[in-house]
Amino acid sequence: MPGRGNYCLQGESLVIYKLTSKMAEEYQLMKGNEAIAEAAIRAGTDGYFGYPITPQSEVMEYLTVAKPHETTGMVVLQAESEVASINMLYGGAGAGKKVMTSSSSPGISLMQEGISYIAGSELPCLIVNVARGGPGLGTIQPGQADYFQSTKGGGHGDYRLIVLAPASVQEMADFVSLSFDLAFKYRNPVMILSDGAIGQMMEKVKFKEQVPRMTEFPDWATTGKTPDRERNIITSLDLDPARHERFNEKLQRKYREVEKNEVRYEEFMCDDADYVFVAYGTSARICQKSVELARNEGIKAGLFRPISLWPYPYKELDALTSHVKGMLSVEMSSGQMVEDVRLAVHDNIKVGHYGRMGGIIPTPDEIVEALKKQIIGG
Amino acid sequence: MAGNVLNKEMIKPENLVYKKTKVLTDNVMHYCPGCGHGTAHRVIAEIIEELDIQSEVIGVAPVGCSVFMYNYMDFDMQEAAHGRAPAVATGIKRLWPDKYVFSYQGDGDLAAIGTAETIHACNRGENIIMFFINNGIYGMTGGQMAPTTLEGMKSSTTPYGRDWMQMGHPLKITELVANLPGTYYVTRQAVHTPAYVRKLKRAVRKAFEYQPMNKGVSFIEVVSNCNSGWKMTPLQSLKWMDENMLDFYQLGDIKLPEE
Repeated sequence: MPGRGNYCLQGESLVIYKLTSKMAEEYQLMKGNEAIAEAAIRAGTDGYFGYPITPQSEVMEYLTVAKPHETTGMVVLQAESEVASINMLYGGAGAGKKVMTSSSSPGISLMQEGISYIAGSELPCLIVNVARGGPGLGTIQPGQADYFQSTKGGGHGDYRLIVLAPASVQEMADFVSLSFDLAFKYRNPVMILSDGAIGQMMEKVKFKEQVPRMTEFPDWATTGKTPDRERNIITSLDLDPARHERFNEKLQRKYREVEKNEVRYEEFMCDDADYVFVAYGTSARICQKSVELARNEGIKAGLFRPISLWPYPYKELDALTSHVKGMLSVEMSSGQMVEDVRLAVHDNIKVGHYGRMGGIIPTPDEIVEALKKQIIGG
Repeated sequence: MAGNVLNKEMIKPENLVYKKTKVLTDNVMHYCPGCGHGTAHRVIAEIIEELDIQSEVIGVAPVGCSVFMYNYMDFDMQEAAHGRAPAVATGIKRLWPDKYVFSYQGDGDLAAIGTAETIHACNRGENIIMFFINNGIYGMTGGQMAPTTLEGMKSSTTPYGRDWMQMGHPLKITELVANLPGTYYVTRQAVHTPAYVRKLKRAVRKAFEYQPMNKGVSFIEVVSNCNSGWKMTPLQSLKWMDENMLDFYQLGDIKLPEE
């Protein structure tokens, strides 16, 4: 255990840095997975339920070492499966608590039924996917082939997750509290779609101050029916088609509201760009270097990084077509987000895709070569 | 009392011998006439009223005939995915350790699709009550074979009777969970005669009284009938249950707390 993070053995117990406001000002060096775990404690999370899977097992390991039940009272429980952990989330979220889980691609697949129930019951929670290459058992190396699963459904029925894609260890930490804010604001599950590279790499990170756990709970939650209110029921079932259609319409109105308010993205040297890489997460980090390499060769390249994968920044991407001649979607997949890029720019400019699969991370050079071959020269 | 005319003199509090508990709502139950679910619901609701814990209870309904349990209970409830009620109850109880939390499941839900959740909630010793209604059949989907269907018993997917060579044996999951150290109180009850209903009620009371002690799972199996699924009249089904089900699923306490 020692050497895995920045905790140390003192006497017979492992000690983590103290949760003081002073510490909140200081940078620390840690893995993305550990940052998620520490940020979860700091965000006042009530419960974490998870099941081990590479490459994200550090999240639960960090939490069990940190023993947050002694500092904030946070519950950390290793479930018997991802199926059980997502349903523990459903129970905890339905009871008004701030709950989260983390897993990696095959485990997230197992959770899809539960995620659909959570969305259908309009429950807030955080699901972290530290994605690896697929399909099937695939590989334990990083992958971005869960884009469709995360942003287009995944489980059954008409629902949406709010999906945030961090590109640094700092964002791994920052997106935890942001996710909970969005989840409770919209009564909707939020997913952090990361990948094995960001989960495993170490970077400097600064945490926010400790937030106390909630003491007041939403009025819809199953907190015990007091005499002053009607009973609360958490369910996604309604056998009356007319009523159920109205419920679905209500969900859709909520999603339109999210699309209006919660689009997040970042532009890097796009203002004068002739060509733009579109990439999120690890690919976006690599594309920053590709922008630099391309500009050294006299190619005016830029990077557009969607942060919210749903809602997707369609309009913002489309706005770039006023001066951008072509876009290359760079993903560690066979090309999933590229479909949204094409939807965004309406065939007005040339759109290509470059990707590696099976856990291979593309190099900055081969991305520039792909830009030249597919977009500039093509 | 003459004819159908009710003697208003009789309607006095001191003459009251039976009333509906206020913990049940006035919604009309969807259960088939003769089904045991309604009785089991009522017993749970009555105990919650008697213990005066209505504001402290959070229940978890399953998928199956009792999926709409939350329509009939006047306290907070969550509807779980098929088989996942013990995991949902775990999530609630871990985060609200001072509430009374129970799950309520049928045999397909608890002993087939949800076996892992059942075993592991029991093995972790979650401080919840698990109600297990065993009628040996999938009632809601139209009478298919359940894990608890008796050998030779006919169902819509074992039309010639359950053949263990092909379909395996009926599963005594209650005996199985009684072997786990995480269960505190394990009992098998029934609801087909007033005497058994009273016994069930005593068991349910015990289970709710045990919960604040944080000693682990109280597991109550209720052997029940499914006259629709069994293609019998309610009376025939009760007789068949008494003569066949109870021979295999013997009633009584399986694990009692060490006093």
